[in-house]
Amino acid sequence: MEEFFQQLLNGLAVGGIYALVALGYTMVYGVLKLINFAHGDLFTIGAYLGMTLLVSSGMAGSLSPLLVLLVVFIMVALLVALVGCLLERAAYRPLRKANRLSAVVSALGASIFFQNAVMLIYGARLYVYPEDWRPDFTVDILGFTVPGVRLLVIMASLLLMFALHSFIQRTRTGAAIRAVAIDQSAARLMGINVDRIISLVFLIGPGLGGAAGMMVGIYYGQIDFTMGWSYGLKAFTAAILGGIGNIPGAMLGGLLLGVIEALSSAYISMAWKDAIAFLVLILILIIRPTGLLGERVADKL
Amino acid sequence: MIQCRRYSAFVLVALLCVLPHMLDRYWIDVCVSIGLYALLALSLNVILGQAGIFHMGHAAFYAVGAYVTAIVNTQFHIPVLWLMPLAGCAAALFALLVARPIIHLRGDYLLIVTIGIVEIVRIALINDVGGLTGGANGIFGISRPEIFGFTIKKSMQFYYLVWGMVGCSVLLLGWLARSRFGRALSYIKEDDVAAEGCGVDVARYKLMAFVFGAFWAGMAGTLYAAKMTIIAPESFSFMESVIIFAVVILSGGSQLGVLVSTFLFIGLPELLREFSNARMLLFGLAMMLMMIWRPQGLLPPLPRRYNVQAALAALRRRKAEAEPEHKAKAKQGEA
Repeated sequence: MEEFFQQLLNGLAVGGIYALVALGYTMVYGVLKLINFAHGDLFTIGAYLGMTLLVSSGMAGSLSPLLVLLVVFIMVALLVALVGCLLERAAYRPLRKANRLSAVVSALGASIFFQNAVMLIYGARLYVYPEDWRPDFTVDILGFTVPGVRLLVIMASLLLMFALHSFIQRTRTGAAIRAVAIDQSAARLMGINVDRIISLVFLIGPGLGGAAGMMVGIYYGQIDFTMGWSYGLKAFTAAILGGIGNIPGAMLGGLLLGVIEALSSAYISMAWKDAIAFLVLILILIIRPTGLLGERVADKL
Repeated sequence: MIQCRRYSAFVLVALLCVLPHMLDRYWIDVCVSIGLYALLALSLNVILGQAGIFHMGHAAFYAVGAYVTAIVNTQFHIPVLWLMPLAGCAAALFALLVARPIIHLRGDYLLIVTIGIVEIVRIALINDVGGLTGGANGIFGISRPEIFGFTIKKSMQFYYLVWGMVGCSVLLLGWLARSRFGRALSYIKEDDVAAEGCGVDVARYKLMAFVFGAFWAGMAGTLYAAKMTIIAPESFSFMESVIIFAVVILSGGSQLGVLVSTFLFIGLPELLREFSNARMLLFGLAMMLMMIWRPQGLLPPLPRRYNVQAALAALRRRKAEAEPEHKAKAKQGEA
């Protein structure tokens, strides 16, 4: 029972991270019908930027660790959002009218570019996240001792998801994003500046992804430059699992995939952990390509 | 344009024949590795360049071919080159099994699934499935290939073996591209709905292209195993698939284009050794810039040529032959 409970919480923490990355995929897919392969690498950039900022922050003694974490967290999200926005300008906007698969190839190129840029800047070795900032308190829940960092990650991801959901559903700008996702030309006729909305999506998605990258650094304590691929692919699996283009779907899919992965690595086999996510991906594409919550029937799938 | 390409192809062949006599061993080895990549890229070109199926898991089929060769050779001591058809068939069978349920998926979804397949294969190899694949260390002690009792050991001999195979592939695949099968594939690439409407069985042709490409990749796997004598899961990583994919995309889809872009992207980084770290960075940059400025690739296939005059003449002749019969029938009807 103890192990099940711990694995469940672990799955929710990892799943929350997947969900944050999946939101970036799903929002971009929603407005551009493009799989942004470089998203996983923006996530890596977030993790590395977080590390650099934490190490070099001069706020060591004066502020409480949690506050420092929060400040760095916001800075990372903003910086990665900027990178994402620039990426859209440079690599995707010129291809907006072109064949959809050209944009996919460009996205792949961007992904390889970012991954190797990180490698050239930081080197190919594994990095350990600065220990000083890692929250090391524990909390008792129902008689089980749970590491505080696990709860923090779950709470932070849920909070961000909730904020995004209310932004998309409650505000005028959120309504504009939904409108662009449904029909770009109609949205343009209604006076929505489509280019601005697309830029905004490329700010929000990568921002959340970068924040998730830093959460991985804090949660696992180590990062390397290739992690974007595996997290990116799993987050994409999560987005498809929930129904791509569907924002609550990405959240549900992420949490579900995290829990599936944690439980199967605990009870089935640790060595096959990564294969299980891909198996889920293949099965969902064969059985129900629209995903769990995807009500919109994808064309010609 | 056609003349120009024909001459450059002749120059290329002549150059490839004399090349190893001008190079030292290291560079011959580099050329052998370029040849192996060229084989893979040519086989992927059937799937990606001709049929337009976004398949990024080619390393999986390569791995199946190489591992089947390695396992059968080390366990049963069957000469390596005899195993080439077997390795091809194993890869083709594997491709048939995995592609059957996913072939109808649309472009970018298929891309993701094929990435999933190559990762699953790599993880399966590392986890030593059935105790056959040797886990993360792989398999070693694969014997050298023999042709009529003559053992191929030197780099120079491998060079001719591998590039001979590339030559055969270019001829065969070129013929295939001009055949009815190749025409069906280009139709599917241009517009699969219209192809379906004209009676092309899209799913079946796509599957055939997939299986055929996998067969060729499996045979390339045999050559790789024979050259290296050691194979390990890390040689068939996802990055390998990405490199082959990028080579084919940037080539534009013609055979000459594939060879040129293989030389550019596998050979050139060796020349610029000091920048070898930045190799993949440039690769990614090239992919982005290429899609923006030259989305059709380096050397796209030339438009097909049909002898319209001859076709019209044949049509007229057939009509003329049918005419008297027609009139005769009409007369019979009147009578």
